[in-house]
Amino acid sequence: MSQTPDGAQRHDDAGAPAPDGPGTGGGKGRAVTDRKRNRKRDDVAVPALGFLGMLRWAWTQLTSMRTALFLLLLLAVAAVPGSLFPQRPANPAVVTQYLTDNPEVGPWLDRFQLFDVYSSVWFSAIYLLLFLSLIGCVIPRAIQHYKAMRSQPPRTPRRLSRLPEYGSMAVPAEAGLSARSAVEEAARLLKRRGYRVNVRDADTDRPSVGAERGFAKEIGNLVFHTSLIGVLVSVAIGGQFGYTGQRVLVEGETFVNSLIGYDSFNPGTGFTEDRLDPFSLTLDKFEVVFDRESTTHYGQPLDFTATMSVREPGQPAEQQVLKVNHPLTIGGSNVYLMGNGYAPVVTIRDGEGNIAHQGPVVAIPNDGAYTSTMVIKVPDAKPEQLGFVGFFLPTAMEGEDGVAYGSDPDPMNPRLYLNSYYGDLGLDNGDPKNVFVLDTSNLTVLNDRNQDSGGIELAAYETKELPNGMGSITFDGLVRYAALDIHHDPGKLGALVFSSLAMAGLGASLFIGRRRVWVRAGTHDDGRTMVEWGLLARGEDHRLAPEAATISKLLRDQWLTDAGPQAHNSKSAAGVDNS
Amino acid sequence: MPTIDQTLAQYSELFMLLGAMAFTVAFIAFCWDLAKSSKTIKAVEDRLAAEHATADVAVLVGAAGASSGSAAGRTAGGSAGQAHTVEMASDSMNYGKERRAAARIGVALTVLATVILAAGVLTRGLAAHRVPWGNMYEFCTTGALMVAVVYLIALTRKDLRFLGSFVIGLVVVMLIAATIGFPTPVAHLIPALQSYWIIIHVSVAVLASALFTLTFAMSVLQLIQGNREARGRAGKADKLAFMRLVPSALTLENAAYRINAVSFVFWTFTLVLGAIWAEEAWGRYWGWDTKEVWTFVIWVVYAGYLHARATRGWTGTRAAWLSIVGYLCVVFNFTIVNVFFAGLHSYAGV
Repeated sequence: MSQTPDGAQRHDDAGAPAPDGPGTGGGKGRAVTDRKRNRKRDDVAVPALGFLGMLRWAWTQLTSMRTALFLLLLLAVAAVPGSLFPQRPANPAVVTQYLTDNPEVGPWLDRFQLFDVYSSVWFSAIYLLLFLSLIGCVIPRAIQHYKAMRSQPPRTPRRLSRLPEYGSMAVPAEAGLSARSAVEEAARLLKRRGYRVNVRDADTDRPSVGAERGFAKEIGNLVFHTSLIGVLVSVAIGGQFGYTGQRVLVEGETFVNSLIGYDSFNPGTGFTEDRLDPFSLTLDKFEVVFDRESTTHYGQPLDFTATMSVREPGQPAEQQVLKVNHPLTIGGSNVYLMGNGYAPVVTIRDGEGNIAHQGPVVAIPNDGAYTSTMVIKVPDAKPEQLGFVGFFLPTAMEGEDGVAYGSDPDPMNPRLYLNSYYGDLGLDNGDPKNVFVLDTSNLTVLNDRNQDSGGIELAAYETKELPNGMGSITFDGLVRYAALDIHHDPGKLGALVFSSLAMAGLGASLFIGRRRVWVRAGTHDDGRTMVEWGLLARGEDHRLAPEAATISKLLRDQWLTDAGPQAHNSKSAAGVDNS
Repeated sequence: MPTIDQTLAQYSELFMLLGAMAFTVAFIAFCWDLAKSSKTIKAVEDRLAAEHATADVAVLVGAAGASSGSAAGRTAGGSAGQAHTVEMASDSMNYGKERRAAARIGVALTVLATVILAAGVLTRGLAAHRVPWGNMYEFCTTGALMVAVVYLIALTRKDLRFLGSFVIGLVVVMLIAATIGFPTPVAHLIPALQSYWIIIHVSVAVLASALFTLTFAMSVLQLIQGNREARGRAGKADKLAFMRLVPSALTLENAAYRINAVSFVFWTFTLVLGAIWAEEAWGRYWGWDTKEVWTFVIWVVYAGYLHARATRGWTGTRAAWLSIVGYLCVVFNFTIVNVFFAGLHSYAGV
């Protein structure tokens, strides 16, 4: 079979010195090291290699094709657990919940970094070794290919008929074609087809031309693999110097891009605060469109539009529209619309009759009907701090069991259902606390639907007095909020450039055929000029036979006016050996 | 937003059903073709025997005449004799002279079914005023259409009718999965999917998956055929006579490699274009979302497959297994990951 790398290699060995290997990413370099390694392994009583010898041995092992393939498959397997277990970078809260739910297995999984798979020691080890192996393969191959591109096509094999594609023809003596001019004309034809040609033995009675094309195949291969390194480096740069931050912005609120402006912020290790672009954003309006026509998808969201006022230093405020899939770009930062919901406006008076809290409280939607959970912490309330936990329903309905449920995402019957507590909220000792969770373990219940006091149930503009004269709560109004992600990734452009290069290189390496052609001519005793040619593919090339047919036709059209004696065969197709 | 055309949506569902039925009949026809393969094989044998006889005559004539004629005659006779005893299917996978009525019916029905299914997918898109690639039902139906179209295009170039029962069988499975597993009434796209990237990213992904489907069928046949060839060499009885209509394991391997190389490029596009879309929608081009993880795993497995072809000891059977594992990952990514794994690719209404 002529198309296997082995076959091609054998031909190379027999024919001319081969500077580089056939290759879909494999190659002679690796095949040879494989062979060496096998020899070494057979030799069991190895004498001490010494330190350098060991290093050399390890390097040979690492850069062998088999190791690369093994690491590649190992990488695929190692990536899987990251989809089976919750991951900290994506969802830390789910990981915490998982650890709580699985107190036996959880810590063990954590010990093996199964909640941080993609930054784990073992995953990093695999891909770093793989990239090391890749570098160890790419560099020698690049050097070899550089040499190959600067050298002439290899020596003409003695027996062209042994090549996978072979053809011959006889030009009648009347044509007056000398062997030398036949070879020169063939060289010209091949050159026009994009081959690099070299005429040799021109002054002998058996002149020949060696031709080669498709150097871009190996260049593509090298570009592809090098670009993968480029992508990795870009990702590293992005992780090092970039940042991501989240901010929930209620209608009318303004966000200033500074560390204090974020709800949560994840900087890279090389981040400094002066990398934050100076700008501010005001959420002027947030509009939501729900499907009101469909019977099957009634109430499904169709559109989210945030109208923002963007202010940059030295420039007038500019109104811009932010949508899902349409981020805002401000300086080097991008602003994304990641979520939205309702923020009921509440006023809370404390036991002394003062307003302890007034303003919108962000409620987190849990379903398509925007059934939202909300927590209100009122540390300023006196004499006791107050806390509220419960639900907000934009359109509340009451089920047969008397339990309220949300039936629509639009606010047609907005209601608050809350329990209230008093006591020490635990905010004064400086420990960071999740604003969306109220730890009730040190608090005393005021309102609860399971107690005599009953739960708090508020329709719009209603007020409820808390028991024991602890204060009151009023549902004053409703605004919407947008959850924004602000990202800065300096490695982004690099990743795009390198992945585009990788795709181009991949296409070249897979679809360009690297071929060698040799044409030899000689004059028969009866005066006819005999011409023969052979083709050899480097690496996988299913278009070698069509190429042989094309070249055969070109040569025939050149010298034969009408069909003369001819013989062309494709060995790979017919399996016929005419030698 | 334009109103959804409910009448057209109903026509779409009707077309999908009719298409699925036509594919089922086509599938039966292809199975029938394999089942009556002994008859086809006999026809091929008869033809080859006849050619063999002619060749023998040529040898005799050649022996009396010029020595070159004798050589040619011997070669021709030898190769015909070889084919006569070993394999029916040509390794070039070109069409033979035999009339395979059942296979012809299968191909004709496949064409018909593809047209009907195309009408179903098209009316679905027209009814919703968007590309019909918004949920599992739509991925399945478009995917099935793409597999059928890719198969028909391949049929115009090579005689891949031996793949018919496998490929069309998979198409039927996909359509059943769509209509029974993920029935979804036509609706507008949720905001997260409202982007021109859906056209680019999803179409390339579906195309790559369709090509992987073809190579999966080829790799499975390659393993069966390789096993059969090994049995043949060991002198054991041939239990799978219908496999004589299928080309040699090596031919299948090379054909699968060619197609896999193309679909690997498409899958790379899927991955990179998906990353660009992710950057625009979620603010990062890569975040190890479950879907991203599996897209990456598939990419790596097929990269391994391409490297295996250049690695000693990994060609043939092992490469075929990699191709099969890769396809199983594609199926897993499309079904289990979409339906059961939480992630950013969770679609409205599945």
